[in-house]
Amino acid sequence: MTTPLLRVEDIHKRYGNEEVLRGVSFEVARGETKVFIGPSGTGKSTLLRCVNQLTPPDKGQVFLEGAEVTHHKADINRLRASMGFVFQDFNLFAHLTAMQNVSIGPIKVRRMHKEQAKARALAELERVGLGEKANAYPAQLSGGQQQRVSIARALAMDPKLILFDEPTSALDPELIGEVLEVMIELAREGMTMLCVTHEMGFARSVANEIIFMEHGVIVEQGPPQEMFTNPRHQRTGEFLRKISELYGETAK
Amino acid sequence: MLLRATLLNIELLLALLAVGFVVGTIVAVLQVYGGRVLGILAFIYEWIFRSIPALVLLFIVYFGPARFGLATSRFLSATIALGLCSSGYQSQIFRGAIQSISSGQMMAARALGMSRTRAIASVILPQALRLSIPGWSNEFSAVVKDTTLAYAVGYNELLRAARAIMDRHYDLAMLSFLTVALIFLVLTYAGNWSLGLLERRTRIPGLQVAGWSKEGHS
Repeated sequence: MTTPLLRVEDIHKRYGNEEVLRGVSFEVARGETKVFIGPSGTGKSTLLRCVNQLTPPDKGQVFLEGAEVTHHKADINRLRASMGFVFQDFNLFAHLTAMQNVSIGPIKVRRMHKEQAKARALAELERVGLGEKANAYPAQLSGGQQQRVSIARALAMDPKLILFDEPTSALDPELIGEVLEVMIELAREGMTMLCVTHEMGFARSVANEIIFMEHGVIVEQGPPQEMFTNPRHQRTGEFLRKISELYGETAK
Repeated sequence: MLLRATLLNIELLLALLAVGFVVGTIVAVLQVYGGRVLGILAFIYEWIFRSIPALVLLFIVYFGPARFGLATSRFLSATIALGLCSSGYQSQIFRGAIQSISSGQMMAARALGMSRTRAIASVILPQALRLSIPGWSNEFSAVVKDTTLAYAVGYNELLRAARAIMDRHYDLAMLSFLTVALIFLVLTYAGNWSLGLLERRTRIPGLQVAGWSKEGHS
């Protein structure tokens, strides 16, 4: 058996009296897209942050290609550099242009030569359709454009996988499509992706697996077709119907 | 003679601002990111140097070591004493600016694989220092005047030069002190004008004190 790209084992996380994650385990194969769904407050975002240790879990382990990310002696900066993270509210560096936002990682973390990093950044911006915005500052870009820059920022690090934390939730409805398009393209090109999202159309068209979470545990997981048409748990069906009504299916 | 002395004030001003800037930045960073122990030490530091009158500190630094045969030069004593005083105030300007930056900026930097120190140097400080310029120009105006305190340890600065003129030609007292006042008017104006220029030159769309209200939490 080959080792999975990512293995998450029995993750627990508590905030004060509330246990947000109560033992979550899953595996991700190379090239796979997994979509996490569930009511808000069920720990999906916390789970993503536990994967790259932005939020260290109280208990449980995370392995990237067999190397333990959660180990206290792990070189967390090096491991994080190979896991892209796309935030709900973009978090582009406010003092840097789109180009500099994308090249700062390669330059400061990967020690890439400046000219080379610039060329790489431009290529990634073009990949997300923003080559002509290279010199714009974040405040001069729309939300959809900012989110595409942040995806380019993640891509420039040659990540082994990318974690998407509700990447379209802060966007105006008319801007969601352009971000999903980029994400769908990435999934088709074989990027390994973990997405917390309410975009069921996206989940249906590119997810290899949907994971439904509630109250800090995984309730059910399976291929989209199965989850949408024939969920084993009543709660899964209810949630999927509700969310599909609410959000429609933007991405086809 | 007065213009020559003015150069000494400017020299002292630049030196003490540099000391205050470097130490103030470090203290501010420690207060925000230093954790419990270093954070408390930084607060104690700030408390001490914002409490002791600059002149008292100057006497401590200049006359204190001399008692043990360690002579410090007037310029060096003034730079250290006034610089440390200023660092207490500057640290608060920088701390406020650092804290106004959304926590998402640090998170995004860490997510890219930057260490905390790297993130502070490459992401937090470049933004915080830009946001600090308006508050910093206020501190600048205050310490310009503080350079005359070096008079008290015999540094040949402007006020002392004016005093020397008065000693020789008493009829010139009014004129020489008025000239000193005028020189300070010009210094303050020139400094604030330069800082205004610096603020405009380094301004980045969307990154300014007003209108910077976007929260980074999700």
